[in-house]
Amino acid sequence: MTPIGAQPTPFLLSVEGLTVSFDGFKAVNDLSFYVDENEIRVIIGPNGAGKTTVLDLICGKTKATAGSITFRDKELTRMSESQIVLAGVGRKFQTPSIYEDLTVFENLEISYPRGRSVWGALTFKRDAAVRERVAEVAEIIFLKDKLHERGAFLSHGQKQWLEIGMLLIQEPDLLMLDEPVAGMSVSERIKTAELLRTIIKDRSVLVIEHDMKFVEDIAHKVTVLHQGRILSEGSMEKVQSDPKVIEVYLGH
Amino acid sequence: MKRAPTFMDRKDLLALATVAVILLIVFPALLDGFRLNLVGKYLTYAFVAVGLVLCWGYGGILSLGQGVFFALGGYGMAMYLKLEASSVENTKIQSTPGIPDFMDWNQITELPLFWQPFHSFPLTLILIVLAPALFAFVIGSAMFKRRVSGVYFAIITQALAAIATILIIGQQGYTGGVNGITDLRTLHGWDIRTDQAKFILYFVNAALLLGVVVAAMFVRDSKLGRILVAMRDKEDRVRFSGYSVANFQIFVFCLAGVFAAIGGAMFTLQVGFMSPSLVGIVPSIEMVIFTAVGGRLSILGAIYGTLAVNFAKTSLSESFPELWLLGLGGLFIAVVAVFPNGLAGLWRDYAQPFIDKALKLRSVDPADPGAEVAKQAAAAAE
Repeated sequence: MTPIGAQPTPFLLSVEGLTVSFDGFKAVNDLSFYVDENEIRVIIGPNGAGKTTVLDLICGKTKATAGSITFRDKELTRMSESQIVLAGVGRKFQTPSIYEDLTVFENLEISYPRGRSVWGALTFKRDAAVRERVAEVAEIIFLKDKLHERGAFLSHGQKQWLEIGMLLIQEPDLLMLDEPVAGMSVSERIKTAELLRTIIKDRSVLVIEHDMKFVEDIAHKVTVLHQGRILSEGSMEKVQSDPKVIEVYLGH
Repeated sequence: MKRAPTFMDRKDLLALATVAVILLIVFPALLDGFRLNLVGKYLTYAFVAVGLVLCWGYGGILSLGQGVFFALGGYGMAMYLKLEASSVENTKIQSTPGIPDFMDWNQITELPLFWQPFHSFPLTLILIVLAPALFAFVIGSAMFKRRVSGVYFAIITQALAAIATILIIGQQGYTGGVNGITDLRTLHGWDIRTDQAKFILYFVNAALLLGVVVAAMFVRDSKLGRILVAMRDKEDRVRFSGYSVANFQIFVFCLAGVFAAIGGAMFTLQVGFMSPSLVGIVPSIEMVIFTAVGGRLSILGAIYGTLAVNFAKTSLSESFPELWLLGLGGLFIAVVAVFPNGLAGLWRDYAQPFIDKALKLRSVDPADPGAEVAKQAAAAAE
C-alpha cells in the first residue's frame, strides 16, 4: 500500500498499490501491474470495473488516494496533466474528443509537439515540417482528403480516427486508448484495427476494449479488472479459459 | 466560414482599412467637435469590447468585470492629471496646498503613498499597462489554476466590479468618492480642454484602437488563437495534448484587461474625468452587450457594435431617458435569441452572399455606405 517512489524499473510503466476512493467507494483497489516497452496490453472487464479510472489515474485526470505510477523513472502521481503528456503519455478519450470548430489540419497541428507554452504558441510558425507531418498523419488516419473540413462535419468514426491521429502526431511512448472501436460500423472497425496495427509499432499501448474479436487480434497480454482489482492477467488464451473470468465477464 | 489561417490576409486588410477610413476620415469630416468627442468616448469602450472578443468569444471566458480594468487605466491617467492640476500654486487656498482638492476636503494632509508614482508621466504610462496586467494575473491565477470557469467565473468577476465600486466610493479621501476625479486640466503641460486638444486626442485614440485591433488579430491568427477556440470546445483535450490550459486562460484575461485599461486612460483624457459610474456592474455588462451586438467572434464587429449601441443609447436616452435600460435589455435578449453572432453574423449570412454575387456580376453599387460598414463587420467575423 505504501508508495514505492521513483525507483528505476525495467518496465516502461509500473503501477503499484494504486488505490483511489470516491467518498469511501474504492473504484480502484490496491492495483498493481507492469507494462513492458513495446507491449500491447488490453484491459477488459465488466462495466464499473474501474478500467477508465485506471487510465484517468495514469494520465493525471484523477488523483490517486494511494500507490504509485512510475513511467520511465518518473512518478506520475505527482505531476500535472500537461507534464505527464510531455513525459510521453498520450490518452484517447472514450467519446471522440476533437475540436469541432477547427479544421482537421488545425486539430492535428495543435497536437504537434512544439510551441506548447503561451509564448511558443504565439510565435508558432506553420512551416514545412509541420505541414508534412500533418499530411503524413492525415494519410494514416484516412483523412487526407478532409484536411480543411471542420471537425464538426466528420462522421463518428472519422472523429475517432482524428483523435487517434492527434495522439499519433504527439509521438507518445505510451498510448492509452479507451474503447477505440466503440460505436463504429463493421467496415470502420476493420479499418481501425488496421490503423491501430500501424501506429502501435515502436510504442507501448494500453487499450480498454469490449470487442473480444478485436482484443484477440491485437493483445500481447490481457488484464481483467473486476471491482477495482485484478481478476486475472496473462495471454488471451489463459484469460479466456480462466473460470473466474468466464463467471464475471465473458459469460458461459 | 473558414477563418483566415494567416495574419493580415487580404480580407483582414480590407476590413481594417475600411474601419480606419471611417474612424480617421469619415467621422472627423462629417461630425462637429462635440459629436466627434462623443464618438471618441464611445471608441474607448471599443477597447474593452475587442478584448472581450478574444477572452469571451474565442476563449469562452465571460468576464462581467471588465469595468474594473477600464477603471485601472482611467484612474491611473486621472491621478496623473489630477496631480498636475493640483500644483501648490493652483491649490494655495487649501489647508494643505499641493494635494488634490478632494483630499483636502476629507482632512487628508499628505499625499498617500500609492499616489506618488503618478507624479511621473512615464511611470503613469507604465502603470496603466502594468497594473491591470498584474491584477488580471493575480485574479486569473487564483481562478484558472483552480479550474474555476464558466458561470462561476462570470459571477466572481461581477462581484469584483461591485467590490471595486464600493471601495472607490467608500474611500472618498483617496479616490474622490462617488464624484470621481474631476477638474483635470493639462497633460504634461498641454491643455486637454481645448477643442484642438480634443481633436488631436480623438486621432490618438483612434490610432491606439487600430493598434489594439491589429494586436488582437495577430493573437487570433496565431496558434494561440486556435488553442483558445480548442479550449472553449474541449478543455480536457487541450490539457491532455500537453498544454497548461490555465496559462492560456490567464494570458487572454490579462490581454483583455490591458486593452480595457488603455481604453480607460483614453476615456479620462477625452472626457476629462473618471468616476465609479464607469466601473461597476452595469457598465461592465454594457461592454459585454457591445461585444455581443457586434458579434462576439468579430474583432472589428466589436467596434461597430460599440458604436451602434452607443449611438442608439444617445439618441434614445435624449428623447426617452426611462426607456433606454429596457431597450438595452431587449437588445441583449434579441442578440442571444435571434442573432447570436451579432451584426457580423447577420452580415455574413444575409448581405455577404448578395455582395459576393454582385461583385461577380461586376455591378457593384458603391452608393451604400451602410452596407459597407456592415460588410466589414462581417469580414472580420471569419
